[in-house]
Amino acid sequence: MNLFKRKEKATGEILAGGESAIANKEVEGLSQGQIVRRRFFRHRAAVGALVVLTSLIIFVMTALETKIGPIRIPGWWKWTTEDIPALRFEDCPGGTTGCPTLSLNPAGGFGLGTHPFGQDDIGRDYFALTMNGARRSLMIMFVIGAVAGFIGVVVGSIAGFYGKMVDAVLMRLVDFIQTVPTIIIAAVIGKAAGKVGPLYLALFLGILGWTGLARLVRAQFLSLREMEFVDAARVAGASNIRIAFKHILPNAVGQIIVSITLIMAGAILTETALSYLGFGVVAPDVSLGLLISQYESSFTTRPWLFWWPGLFIISIALCVNFIGDGLRDAFDPRQRRRITKKDRLQAKLQSKVGA
Amino acid sequence: MILFGSSFMVYNLAAYASDPLAELRLSNDDSAQQQIAALTRQLNLDTPPPIRYFLWLRGLLGLFVGNLNLGTTRDGLSVQSELAYAIPVTIRLVLVATITAVLLGLALGIISALRQYSRFDYGMTFLAFLLYSLPIFWVAVLLKEFMAIQFNNFLSEPNIPLRWMIIFSIFTGVFWGSLLGGERRRFWTVFGGAFATNFVILWAIDFTDWYLNPGLGPILIALLSVGIAFGVTAISSGITDIKARNAALVMAGLAVVWYYPAQWIFDNYGSYLTVFVLLAVLIATGVFVSRAFSKIDRGPIARTAIITGFICGFLILIDRIMQSWKEYSATDAVNYRPVPTFGQRKDQLVTEDFWLNNLDIIMHLILPTLALILISLAGWIRYSRGALLEVLNQDYIRTARAKGLNERVVITRHAFRNMMLPLSSLFVGEFVGLVGGAVITERVFGWQGMGTLGIKAINSYDLNLLMGVNLLLSFLVVTGNLLADLLYSALDPRIRLRK
Repeated sequence: MNLFKRKEKATGEILAGGESAIANKEVEGLSQGQIVRRRFFRHRAAVGALVVLTSLIIFVMTALETKIGPIRIPGWWKWTTEDIPALRFEDCPGGTTGCPTLSLNPAGGFGLGTHPFGQDDIGRDYFALTMNGARRSLMIMFVIGAVAGFIGVVVGSIAGFYGKMVDAVLMRLVDFIQTVPTIIIAAVIGKAAGKVGPLYLALFLGILGWTGLARLVRAQFLSLREMEFVDAARVAGASNIRIAFKHILPNAVGQIIVSITLIMAGAILTETALSYLGFGVVAPDVSLGLLISQYESSFTTRPWLFWWPGLFIISIALCVNFIGDGLRDAFDPRQRRRITKKDRLQAKLQSKVGA
Repeated sequence: MILFGSSFMVYNLAAYASDPLAELRLSNDDSAQQQIAALTRQLNLDTPPPIRYFLWLRGLLGLFVGNLNLGTTRDGLSVQSELAYAIPVTIRLVLVATITAVLLGLALGIISALRQYSRFDYGMTFLAFLLYSLPIFWVAVLLKEFMAIQFNNFLSEPNIPLRWMIIFSIFTGVFWGSLLGGERRRFWTVFGGAFATNFVILWAIDFTDWYLNPGLGPILIALLSVGIAFGVTAISSGITDIKARNAALVMAGLAVVWYYPAQWIFDNYGSYLTVFVLLAVLIATGVFVSRAFSKIDRGPIARTAIITGFICGFLILIDRIMQSWKEYSATDAVNYRPVPTFGQRKDQLVTEDFWLNNLDIIMHLILPTLALILISLAGWIRYSRGALLEVLNQDYIRTARAKGLNERVVITRHAFRNMMLPLSSLFVGEFVGLVGGAVITERVFGWQGMGTLGIKAINSYDLNLLMGVNLLLSFLVVTGNLLADLLYSALDPRIRLRK
């Protein structure tokens, strides 16, 4: 059965010290941070995702007018969400109105037109609406990531560092929050918080989302606090706080970052799902999930109202997931790069030169 | 204890966050004051929530004296009966989805790990990430549009254009080519084979209008059965094991011989009992056949025979259900639009026929299940790939290879069993998680399950109903966690409870 067949290694390669020798040679004399950075930048998908996500954020954030207190930064897009231009119905398929003017067909010439993403049923520019929704969703995603990350790290490190009673109590708290079905309680809170504003919604969701991270950090702390360098720090007279945050935490930071990216990727899906159900961001405000929910029924006649927000949700979540994957590989000490033919050749040449 | 705490918290949060009187306060109706007073009395609103919780708890604790009382909903129905109606609906939805997703995800993940860094592996990784990032409601709406509405349109005028046949065949070819892997020449051979097979099948389907009157028929079942017999033997006990192979072939042969009698039984005594009895007969036959073939080392042979018989029997069952298709789509309730987008049953379909009813249930299950599968598949591909790669790096795998075991035994016996340990505990958690995730699916597809009940409760500020749903879900999580721990320690002898 061919399914189980395995690639055989050439004998010469194993004799020559194998792949680990090549991999070790590469990281000689580099700091941990440098190694991680190098590994991350070698992960092509992750770097691509990082570039896409960064440009997406800049694109979304600058498209519309930003208000920070009294300061107003104008956006580069010509419509706002309040404008109600006339509905366009020329060359729309099947008697629909407000179809997208974006044209990527090389024969027809590239062009944005007046409403590249189309218009909604009362004529508002859909590009502006989508941008506004994406901005809201991104904001919520980062707030949830920050809040959940902060609580998770603090609770996890305290539980793992002090152990015993403190640990037992805090872990019961974690169990306790995990028992509550997220979507139900989030819906209850969302229903109340949605009226107050999306920022509060994000804060509440963050308060619910830290449990997994706390468990992870606790486990890391439990194993790290038995290490020799902790004893060394204690002998040198460091305080508990200093040991926990200066000595142990940096060693656990890899897993924490990875876990936070995963929380963020989950957060954007939770937020959109809640808004879709009508318990998240509510009507005068716009979010991607809400847009989809509002125009779900018009999918058959005017599909663009459904496609664009979905596309934005997917691309954001996909990018965050890929970055998380790249970081995981970069931080994992056991993870070795795939040794390619080129590397072997180089190693061979170098060993010849050395001899 | 934890259940008590979390239900207390949810009760109070929900009680403070919601105001069941809000609508009445806004109304200018003269009777509004009276209604408020009546509702306050009915729901005990003048009692502060922390104390009201204990009133609710008293009803719950009645469970131990056989007098469970979860209160009534605001429509005056009892919460128990509402829940009792909703639970089986959700379980049906989630169970099918979890099992399919696990089987498919495990298979893809394992192959992906065995071919680490191959084209197939990269493809699967990308697919997993893509599925991970899909919002379920978005997928559900897409499925509704393309799998139901468009497919129904297609069925009313069935004709596969040549262009699609070719595109679809190329896709299948690439899939199988990269799945079996190997050198470039091998890839193209497999690609060509898969492409041609797929093209011929599609053409045959189109030519015979199979989708209007589907069915496998004895000849196709015979061919498939023989193929299955070889396939199962190859994975389960190795193709060189002649006894196992012969036992599997005999089972396949028996299944084919049984085709007509089974048809008769199905037609006249169609019920779940019949299916179970036939299943028992099948297993007994498997044991008997393996006994006939070997006196020693019967285990693997019996296993091979039973699995083969099971799959072949399943084929016959599918065939029988397919035979109802034509009748089903011709009924008034269905009216030649067989893929439904809404609800869990067709109420207008009133029939005594066991097979029609089941086909109806299956057709309604397809889309929501597919949505749930797509969402949870990603996780399983990643988990199983990661777990297998982890296990393959262990020393005992190297030992097994070094002592000359063939790769099939190393993978199925040493690696696979160890890989399943961490996954077994995930299974329970994933199942419970999906029950929560089904909320959205239920809403999109209009199922009357737990999720719909929960949404209804939140929207109408129905505290008793909400607590009922919440209690049930928390109970699932707690028992799920316990079950996962027990399962883990039962499977892995290295894990012993401390002290």
